[in-house]
Amino acid sequence: MAKPKIATASLAGCFGCHMSVLDIDERILKLIELVDFDKSPIDDIKKFTGRCLVGLIEGGCANEENVHNLKYFRENCDILISVGDCAINGGLPAMRNNIPLKECLDEAYLNGPTVYNPSGKIPSDKEIPLCLDRVYPCHEVVKMDYHLPGCPPSADTIWEALVALLNNKPLDLPYELIKYD
Amino acid sequence: MSDTNLKRIVIEPVTRVEGHGKVSLLLDEKNNIKQARLHIVEFRGFERFIVGRPYWEVPVLVQRLCGICPVSHHLAAAKAMDIIAGVDELTPTAEKMRRLMHYGQMFQSHALHFFHLCSPDLLFGFDADPAIRNVIGVAQKFPELAVQGVMMRKYGQEIIKVTAGKKIHGTGAIPGGINKNLSIAERDALLKDIDQMVDWSVAVVKIAKDYTLDNVELAKTFGTFDSNHLGFVREDGAMDLYHGNLRAVDKDGNKIFDQVDYKNYLDYIVEEVKDWSYMKFPFIKSIGPENGWYRVGPLSRVNICDFIDTPLAEKERKEFMAITNGKPNNMTLAYHWTRMIEILHSIEKIKELLNDPDLQGTDLVKKGKRRAEAVGLIEAPRGTLFHHYKVDENDQVTMANLIVSTTNNNTPMNTAVQKVAEQHLSGKPEITEGLLNHIEVAIRAYDPCLSCATHAMGKMPLIVSLFDHKGDLIDKKAKE
Repeated sequence: MAKPKIATASLAGCFGCHMSVLDIDERILKLIELVDFDKSPIDDIKKFTGRCLVGLIEGGCANEENVHNLKYFRENCDILISVGDCAINGGLPAMRNNIPLKECLDEAYLNGPTVYNPSGKIPSDKEIPLCLDRVYPCHEVVKMDYHLPGCPPSADTIWEALVALLNNKPLDLPYELIKYD
Repeated sequence: MSDTNLKRIVIEPVTRVEGHGKVSLLLDEKNNIKQARLHIVEFRGFERFIVGRPYWEVPVLVQRLCGICPVSHHLAAAKAMDIIAGVDELTPTAEKMRRLMHYGQMFQSHALHFFHLCSPDLLFGFDADPAIRNVIGVAQKFPELAVQGVMMRKYGQEIIKVTAGKKIHGTGAIPGGINKNLSIAERDALLKDIDQMVDWSVAVVKIAKDYTLDNVELAKTFGTFDSNHLGFVREDGAMDLYHGNLRAVDKDGNKIFDQVDYKNYLDYIVEEVKDWSYMKFPFIKSIGPENGWYRVGPLSRVNICDFIDTPLAEKERKEFMAITNGKPNNMTLAYHWTRMIEILHSIEKIKELLNDPDLQGTDLVKKGKRRAEAVGLIEAPRGTLFHHYKVDENDQVTMANLIVSTTNNNTPMNTAVQKVAEQHLSGKPEITEGLLNHIEVAIRAYDPCLSCATHAMGKMPLIVSLFDHKGDLIDKKAKE
């Protein structure tokens, strides 16, 4: 029987949650015996190759591309997990949510002490995505099945959650693994 | 140039790098490359939302720029906040604990990059089947090497944990010092494996060196171009990854400036804004935007230093410099070799520090007379990292300017993308996945942390989306 597939994505996050996945250390060798990795930044699979059992989502939604990617994951994964505080509540990037846009724009591209911008132009190319008005948690965009809190959640938390799901067991993690740090 | 007759190819997302980026290629009807660009597509806005926060919060807050090198941001901010707190020199315990944390960070980050992200390209070939061209493929075909990589990264993470409190986003450094020392038990646990780590580091330098020398004809041209190099060195010219003065050299090794106190960085570095990337393009002020851009990171650091003060890494440095007769090496693929020289240097430094009784000292924090402005720099794994803050009398940050390591490499990465596109894709009847991966190989050599590089506020053409309680989109309006 084919192994179940796992996919991972980083939306508006810092990759710390992906690092925490790697912090399962030598257990990663066990993990790759249990599952196949599909679309993920750690491999070169850029489009889903098949239905995934589990999708791990790091980061919230800060631009249209994040929303698009999150929906794409929802369509292709049976179980979608918000991993870490950015996915769950926007996290630190959501600190921008109450800042007027013009102030930010002027600071970064016109007024910053190292800015060199003789034309006074501000990045606006069609290749770079439009930003959302604010940073949204993932569950405001699509249904999420589980939330693993922490910045980032510990490697043990991620490991225990995956092992339970892969064995079709209820996700009943002890308090020390799900407490907010 | 009108692009109506041009064919557009997009590599999206760029994978096996840390963060979010994409490459766009425009080709004419004969598949000749007209334009190749690396776009940074995320923005987060740290420089603006730090404003108003209390200054002691910043070293913890800015770590969230990056989960791969949080320690670098933590320490660059802490170094700046030491100055704000009026402290010019830390206690030996504080300084050495921070150094240990930093070398642990360098060790884990370089291991991560080499084994988990780039080794598949080197081991399987740039156009190998993408199904195996990843760390899982490496684990299946070269299990011993994969285990070694995992254990090396783990060791670096353990060092971060005992110095910063946790592996990712710790809280070790505080303005004026550090909040813990290293216990004897923690020290002994780390010393147990240190010789194994040194041996593995020597072995991995050899892998990177042999790869480069076996493929030297490829390395001479693959995404290779002349450039300036920037970084900092100790007062005696030695490599120092934690603290030093700025030095910049040109492609031949002539000094552009040297031993510049980094608090004066505004006199030397500016960042150009371009409309197709959220990441700015830094250059050396006196030379100008056309020719003043430079590279940073392992290649530049090995190129610019006069020597390395640990014996095994110094031996490797000499061997590396010999292939270009002591002149700067401008090969993009040589980043891998120099990154492994630094991994060896870092583990030698870690061993030295672990045996230093100052780490068990109890004098952890100093206090001084408050100041209003500070610059903190560090050599992060990917290169020179600039943090600059102003703080008001209410202890709140009023200005933050960050030039992250990967931003410094923005023009070089774009130049590498352009070069490889011209060298390997231009005029080909068919652009295959393998050919496109060549472009990613060139980007990957810089170990770009696009996660860090997305800190800058971009233009925010606004999309307002309205969702109902089930998360279904009910309305969406876009405003340019």
